[in-house]
Amino acid sequence: MANFTPVSAAIGGVLIGLSAVLLMLSTGRIAGISGIFSGLLNLRGEDKGWRIAFIAGLILAPVIAGLIGHGMAQPKLPSSWAVIIAAGLLVGFGTRLGGGCTSGHGICGIARLSPRSIAATIVFMVTAVITVAVTRHVLGG
Amino acid sequence: MWIIAPLICGLIFGAGLLISGMVQPTKVLAFLDIFGAWDPSLAVVMAAALAVSVPGFRLADRGAQPWFAGQYFRPGKSGIDLPLVAGAALFGIGWGLVGLCPGPALESLATLSPEVIVFVVAMAAGMVAHDAWQQSRLTAQRERLLASATDG
Repeated sequence: MANFTPVSAAIGGVLIGLSAVLLMLSTGRIAGISGIFSGLLNLRGEDKGWRIAFIAGLILAPVIAGLIGHGMAQPKLPSSWAVIIAAGLLVGFGTRLGGGCTSGHGICGIARLSPRSIAATIVFMVTAVITVAVTRHVLGG
Repeated sequence: MWIIAPLICGLIFGAGLLISGMVQPTKVLAFLDIFGAWDPSLAVVMAAALAVSVPGFRLADRGAQPWFAGQYFRPGKSGIDLPLVAGAALFGIGWGLVGLCPGPALESLATLSPEVIVFVVAMAAGMVAHDAWQQSRLTAQRERLLASATDG
């Protein structure tokens, strides 16, 4: 557990929880990123303003952090484009079919004690752990 | 002016992902890698977020309406069904392959990383494909209903 960072994890977690609560109190919306983003992809619907504003804030956060000297490192992704594209497709299709992702089910849904969200979070945690175990220790070992 | 509220919420959410390190796929994969050098940080992030969101949502439940909207938009479904489980399972596989879920993926667009841009485009394509598939299923269902109505 050499990389365990409990203090920064707790501070970051509090901010994520605060954001979800503030979005609900102010605009009445669930801070589920897959839902917010997918709502921008269809041509119908008029409730796009708050979605664009939230995602703009999300993208601006590292830009502002960079301006005050805490720039974000380039994320490390697999070298295979096929893996990146397959993963993106699975995340997109899966979050729509399952009605949420780590934020919508994992933070907002569990906070509302929704049985659907608790079930979804257990399922995606388990398949993600299995996927990492297989790619790192079975195939990559 | 109400548009400032979701903008600030996005900023706070992004700051949380940045500070916790969850915007980095390596950090997320280290949590998911329970058979390797396990890093429990993501569990602390979730616990801390829930410590705020559980009482916060309870507070929202007591209010009649949000500050800048006419109503609360809460998910209506309550039962656990096959689409929920299948969707979550597929999402988990994609998440485990790369270590990116939708929030960190969108936030990482700020780095202009070509890999992240391709991931987000694929994610959007997956969402559009799902919605098109659902739409075609609904249309087929309606046609079947219409056909059986005229047959009878």
